[in-house]
Amino acid sequence: MPRLHIDWTRCDGHGLCAELLPELLGRDEWGYPLPRAALDLDVRLLEHAEHAVDACPLLALKIIG
Amino acid sequence: MSPPTGARRLLLAEDTSLAAHLERYGPLTTRVDLVRLLEHAGLTGHGGAGFPAATKLRGAASRGAGVVIANGAEGEPASAKDRALLQHAPHLVLDGLLLAARATGARSAYVATPSPRTAEALREQLALREQLTVRRDRLRTEVVVVEDRFISGEESALVNAVEGRPGIPRDRAVPVFERGVRRQPTLVHNVETLAHLALIARFGSEWFRSVGTREQPGTFLATVSGDVAAPGVHEVEHGAPLPQLIDAAGGPTSGVQAVLVGGFHGAWVPGASVPSTTMSSSSLAPHGASVGAGVVLVLGYDRCGLRESAGIASYLAGQSARQCGPCVLGLPRLAESLARLVHPGVDPGSVDEVVRMTALVRGRGACAHPDGTARFVISTLRAFSDDIAAHGRGGCRATPAH
Repeated sequence: MPRLHIDWTRCDGHGLCAELLPELLGRDEWGYPLPRAALDLDVRLLEHAEHAVDACPLLALKIIG
Repeated sequence: MSPPTGARRLLLAEDTSLAAHLERYGPLTTRVDLVRLLEHAGLTGHGGAGFPAATKLRGAASRGAGVVIANGAEGEPASAKDRALLQHAPHLVLDGLLLAARATGARSAYVATPSPRTAEALREQLALREQLTVRRDRLRTEVVVVEDRFISGEESALVNAVEGRPGIPRDRAVPVFERGVRRQPTLVHNVETLAHLALIARFGSEWFRSVGTREQPGTFLATVSGDVAAPGVHEVEHGAPLPQLIDAAGGPTSGVQAVLVGGFHGAWVPGASVPSTTMSSSSLAPHGASVGAGVVLVLGYDRCGLRESAGIASYLAGQSARQCGPCVLGLPRLAESLARLVHPGVDPGSVDEVVRMTALVRGRGACAHPDGTARFVISTLRAFSDDIAAHGRGGCRATPAH
């Protein structure tokens, strides 16, 4: 199953991913994405994840596998 | 050439010269099926993670590694064994590096060390070896001085250092064994792992397994420090009783309140459990510890375990490479929450905040630094729960030295 990967060295906590993918991501007290579960992407979530990848201003998200 | 007997194997040469090395261990045979040998030997990595060396090498051999790195970065303040090994047995490490390069087809090799002096000595020995080697067999080997900091030994940090960048971890979406130095597949082995490999190639896997346990055969270099009479590096067999290591370092100076096994990313073994604990995965696992890189830090009764641990957590927070938000912001908060428990009369509910912060940093960085720090802190809460209660009542369980 494809998986969402967060590049923590790039992420600056803008938070767009959590807006677009609330099923998987919340935000911590500093604004950084906080995975709610494993970041596996089923068919239902894949499209939302792709939007999140495209929306990240720091290119910190990737879909792997 | 008789194979070493007993638990002393790695530091037997008379001196650090190539002549003394060959005198003690004999010539190196590179015509060996290294992967099969290692599989049978059951050698595990000595850098901390304890990953099977054969599996790592097989992967690199099938993929074809372009680069091999001997990892002697040893950023861990409580560890001195990689430095000792590179200083006293450089040729075992270089033999192992050569073997790993042959097995994987790598054309360039690196030795990473934080010590400029060790690097200089290594370069001299390398030059000497090259004079004696047939030219077509030559492997280009360079020595790289890395920064002496906690995270320097992380694989992707080494790759950065070798490439001349700051030696801090990279994002691990693509692992270094796929794309490392100059985008080539890169195999990284700890220097001690390579030294064992050089012995296995010479004396065989049966010999290697003749000491140690079934699951973890062979010996390892332990750095024993803290409240012991004679801190130092000792080679012992896997499965050795923990008290034997403490005795090897001159014994405890003020009793054994607890022992930190596996370094600052490791875990505490409470004093009451020390007599029955052996340096094996099965014996250490209930405490959340593992042999790791062989770090054994003894805490006497005259110190407060809680205060010492808070100091270590604060050190670890300061060692962040400052790249990943949850690490940069979370580790100091975690360390502060632990330090708060040291204050007299602290509300026992403060423990919940410590636990919450460990959960908040775990798995949220490019490297395992947040995870290792969280593991250490959780272990501290477990090992020193009575101390936390004592501090809550305004006291402290440390007994001042007389």
